[in-house]
Amino acid sequence: MEPITGAEILVRCLKEEGVEHIFGYPGGSVLHIYDALYAQEDVQHILVRHEQAATHAADGYARASGKPGVVLVTSGPGVTNAVTGIATAYMDSIPMVIFSGQVPTALIGNDAFQEVDTVGITRPCVKHNFLVKDVRQLAETVKKAFFIATTGRPGPVLVDLPKDVTISKTEYHYPKKIKLRSYSPTVRGHAGQIRKAVDLILSAKRPMIYTGGGVVLSEGSTELVELTQLLGYPITNTLMGLGAYPATDRQFVGMLGMHGTYEANMAMHDCDVLIAIGARFDDRVTGKLEKFCPTARIVHIDIDPSSISKNVRVDIPIVGSVPHVLRSMINVIRDEKLRPDAEALALWWRQIEQWRGMESLRYRNSDAVIKPQFVIEQLYKVTAGQAIITSDVGQHQMWAAQYYLFDRPRQWINSGGLGTMGFGLPAAMGAKLAMPDQDVACVTGDGSIQMMLQELSTMKQYCTPVKIVNLNNGYLGMVRQWQEFFYQKRYSMTYFEALPNFVMLAEAYGHVGMRIEKPGDVEGALREAFAMKDRTVFLDFITDPSENVFPMIPSGGGQNEMLLAERDEMVSTHEEGMVLV
Amino acid sequence: MNNNNRHLISILMENESGALSRVANLFSARGYNIESLTVAPTDDPTLSRLTLVTSGNEQIIEQIVKQLNKLIDVVKLIDLTETDAIERELMLVKTKAVGGEQRAEMKRLAEIFDGHILDVTDSTYTIELTGRGQKLDNFLRAVEKDAILEVVRSGATGIARGQKALHA
Ligand SMILES: Cc1ncc(C[n+]2csc(CCOP(=O)(O)OP(=O)(O)O)c2C)c(N)n1
Repeated sequence: MEPITGAEILVRCLKEEGVEHIFGYPGGSVLHIYDALYAQEDVQHILVRHEQAATHAADGYARASGKPGVVLVTSGPGVTNAVTGIATAYMDSIPMVIFSGQVPTALIGNDAFQEVDTVGITRPCVKHNFLVKDVRQLAETVKKAFFIATTGRPGPVLVDLPKDVTISKTEYHYPKKIKLRSYSPTVRGHAGQIRKAVDLILSAKRPMIYTGGGVVLSEGSTELVELTQLLGYPITNTLMGLGAYPATDRQFVGMLGMHGTYEANMAMHDCDVLIAIGARFDDRVTGKLEKFCPTARIVHIDIDPSSISKNVRVDIPIVGSVPHVLRSMINVIRDEKLRPDAEALALWWRQIEQWRGMESLRYRNSDAVIKPQFVIEQLYKVTAGQAIITSDVGQHQMWAAQYYLFDRPRQWINSGGLGTMGFGLPAAMGAKLAMPDQDVACVTGDGSIQMMLQELSTMKQYCTPVKIVNLNNGYLGMVRQWQEFFYQKRYSMTYFEALPNFVMLAEAYGHVGMRIEKPGDVEGALREAFAMKDRTVFLDFITDPSENVFPMIPSGGGQNEMLLAERDEMVSTHEEGMVLV
Repeated sequence: MNNNNRHLISILMENESGALSRVANLFSARGYNIESLTVAPTDDPTLSRLTLVTSGNEQIIEQIVKQLNKLIDVVKLIDLTETDAIERELMLVKTKAVGGEQRAEMKRLAEIFDGHILDVTDSTYTIELTGRGQKLDNFLRAVEKDAILEVVRSGATGIARGQKALHA
């Protein structure tokens, strides 16, 4: 076999892995790789306008498609720009492989031009990383990177490539399979534990199913729906888990947590058996730990053992992949014709319906000013609930999660763990590339959108028509809300005294811009925008600047201490809550 | 359970350049205690053996073990505190040894603690001791304070008794 360069090997490996899109930005240390990309057509490179966007776009691509996102950046600033997006993917367990250029091996450690310790900088926010020092190890390392990124609890894996490695030549061999003695995630759950869990689950009088992003990541939605309907139990999803169970189904009680529904949080608080699936008991979900599910015995299914009993001690842990474990549970229940306690369940549902009757998501609409919740409701209506929705971070993110009813997994794409403003737009572009036949909308705010605005240019270049739904309240709304509640309305640095004309801005980038100021125009504008199939449309909705996200469990509060819109005077938080974010 | 128990954790990991920093990083990033850490290659040069002493309540130790296992470079690990194990630490101590009385006293103490005098000058002894940390502490306590010139400890390492062995 003819020896080929490291750069050519890399491109061959990408094809081998079925990579169709790679998001990146060139620079000195990766010139050889770019040259190898130039010579072929199978892998399409998307030239973003900032490396952070490359990682977010690859992330959106991965979340929408289930395939790993692939990124290529140059050494030094290319890498440091990418770190935010890598950390974002890490916190949400998104499969991603990042290739970064590095100075030649002989210069490493010399403070060479555009040298940073990439492996060191990224170590805390990747699942694993590699520095390839010898071209003969390149192909195997790439194989390992994809394997690690996509198996077990997925996550970003970075491969650092010194320039000389991309230039040196060796024979190309791509290993078909890879086995790592130090890494073999447990897929099948322990049969004895599953048996015990089934018994506990069926003995419940007030059961509750709580599921997170793990169900989406593991493609466990089918099994989740089957089990939930077999049992007839109430189910809630975390912010990361929305769509894994259809939101329009009666058994779904809404999202839980800080801005979850009243019924979801109350049912969590009062349940006697909690079935946690692919969720990690994050602080946004649990509220005050001492007050979390005080009467529940807990079953926890997760592929990552370190997620189990980390924040909350559980009674029956099951390590395994969600669809496998749920399938086994379904089999046990069906084979043995087990039945839940129907009488207790009926009583429990009566209680839950009472809580649901509080209508915790009710808001007062207006004829004069556009309410942000109303925009999301109209977005849901106009897209028939079928669009992929990405979001940025802030109030608009919570409203999108609350008012758009996601009926299928991978439809809702947001940065839940890191909460990265700027994520939404590049993620939408990535999602659209992955799913060109689906409508994609990015719900954003006037703060967040300005963090990655430059990507409008990339979107023009690659014709990725996305509808940008900007809930423009003139404020960093979520921070303003906290200042209103907890800092006696001292609005420190949350008001934008200057905002661009977003319509002109969109037009400057070659897109369509629309400014909507009246509630009566919301639906029409959305319809018009979605009718323009092949255009990116920036919809600048001027919304009520004083609107707050409700319901809310203030930091430090318990699950049963929710504030409902305009019904609770409250608004001070516990002393100890003030230190929390 | 008891709070803040001391644990001796022994780890077999890939002998890769970044592996040690992954372990160290984990402890600092998650705010775990690390009392001592020793590391060296094993008879299989592709593997290193790392032993560390940490402390924490049951839940913290459980998390530490899980988080360590989650590191891709970690092949296997054992909490030696949970099994019947031998624990040893090496200590090198430089003491004053001036005049007949002090020299005799140092020699006698070294003998009592099964130590060896490795180096002798007209005013110092350098003594080697091995044992559990407790024994080394006791030695230091037995020696008169201003006689100690320098102390070097390797940190604890250990191995399970009997058949039990940690291998890839
Ligand atoms: C990169 C980054 N910086 C700061 C924050 C803190 N933060 C969270 S929400 C928010 C305000 C977001 O404002 P905007 O995008 O206008 O959305 P709104 O809350 O008004 O809907 C800020 C500053 C963050 N999450 N991410």
